[in-house]
Amino acid sequence: MFISLQADQLTCIRSYRVLFRDLSFCVKPGALLCIEGPNGAGKTSLLRLIAGLLHPAAGTVRLLTESGAIGDAEERGAFVGWIGHQDAVKPQLTVCEQLLFFARLYRSVRPPGEAMEAFGLRSLANVPGQFLSAGQKRRLGLARLMLCDRPLWLLDEPLAALDAAGKVLVAEAILAHCRSGGLVLAATHDPLGLDCETLHLGAAT
Amino acid sequence: MTPFIALLSRDIRLAVRAGGGAALALAFFAAVVTLVPLGIGPDLKLLTRIAGGVLWVAAVLAALLSLDRLFQADYEDGSLDVIALSPLPLEAAALAKMAAHWLATGLPLTLLSSLLAVLYDLPWPGASALAASLLIGTPAVSAIGGIGAALTLSIRRGGLILPLIVLPLLAPAVIFGSGAVLAALYGNANGSLYFLSAFSLLAVFLSPFAAAASVRLNLAG
Repeated sequence: MFISLQADQLTCIRSYRVLFRDLSFCVKPGALLCIEGPNGAGKTSLLRLIAGLLHPAAGTVRLLTESGAIGDAEERGAFVGWIGHQDAVKPQLTVCEQLLFFARLYRSVRPPGEAMEAFGLRSLANVPGQFLSAGQKRRLGLARLMLCDRPLWLLDEPLAALDAAGKVLVAEAILAHCRSGGLVLAATHDPLGLDCETLHLGAAT
Repeated sequence: MTPFIALLSRDIRLAVRAGGGAALALAFFAAVVTLVPLGIGPDLKLLTRIAGGVLWVAAVLAALLSLDRLFQADYEDGSLDVIALSPLPLEAAALAKMAAHWLATGLPLTLLSSLLAVLYDLPWPGASALAASLLIGTPAVSAIGGIGAALTLSIRRGGLILPLIVLPLLAPAVIFGSGAVLAALYGNANGSLYFLSAFSLLAVFLSPFAAAASVRLNLAG
């Protein structure tokens, strides 16, 4: 399915502070948009707005699909693959249990083993979440993203805590997703090493 | 396996593993219920008279112990965002979490209560009425407690505010629950179990909507 994303005149206000005003942009199928800006510029808020978890003070976000435009926040959420700045890892569950849970929750048809293999988690399959390092938790989050098979990826600092090999894996995953027609929006301080358009959010005013 | 069952079984698994709080709630229930006869002394008539009330209050307090983390744990580690974006509507997710809490806490409490009723010299009609009232009423405790948990999910030390919100709302369950035990003991049928069933059905039906609305508000906040 080919979708594109259109944001019109977005304004975001958090606790009486305007983070950004009248922000408009469009992301075409297969494109990668990097969101840059200093701390507190509203990168995470923008991603949450697009995911429909946050409501804009003004403006609209629409997904243009083959069967029409989707403006409703909850419906939009059904297209979103999400990596937040936390990795949704439970300390009591093993890596394998967590991936199986997410696969079932998202009605995924992909085998969890494949996603574990792709991010080098195979040897950790029976290790509980509390013993994972920050980088390993990140890899688990990314494996979850691969499982859920959503066309619009929203990534908040996807490279955080990852080693060099992990960063290459993320870049490859993003590239493969874009080639298959998916969209990727990534808020990041580190360069991804990929061709992308960049959206600069200004400093907080 | 449907997303609903997936979330339900994950939450039960989390509740019964270390740090989940299900076993803790049971131990707390047993400790409180055992302590009251020790404090009151060997007046069997009085103990039988108060058994329903004591066990009901203890069950509500024990269930509250593990309720504050119902949504908060998932909120803090980012799981709630992932659940909110899943194909499962938030109302269904809230219901799954409440059901998991009941299966891990309310149901074991009900089973344990029949055993602990011996301490109060509760005769069979009273003990069976107590078990029936807990079976019918504890789902309402998990459901209404779930609203409180959703309201306080972003508050530090929310576990202290939660009882203040939830306990007044649970007064009908305690009144009708212990009333059913007294009715069975002294033979004056007063329809407590029917009122309790109505209260419980209403709570289980409405609470997921209230909890989901509150989760949405907290995620956007």
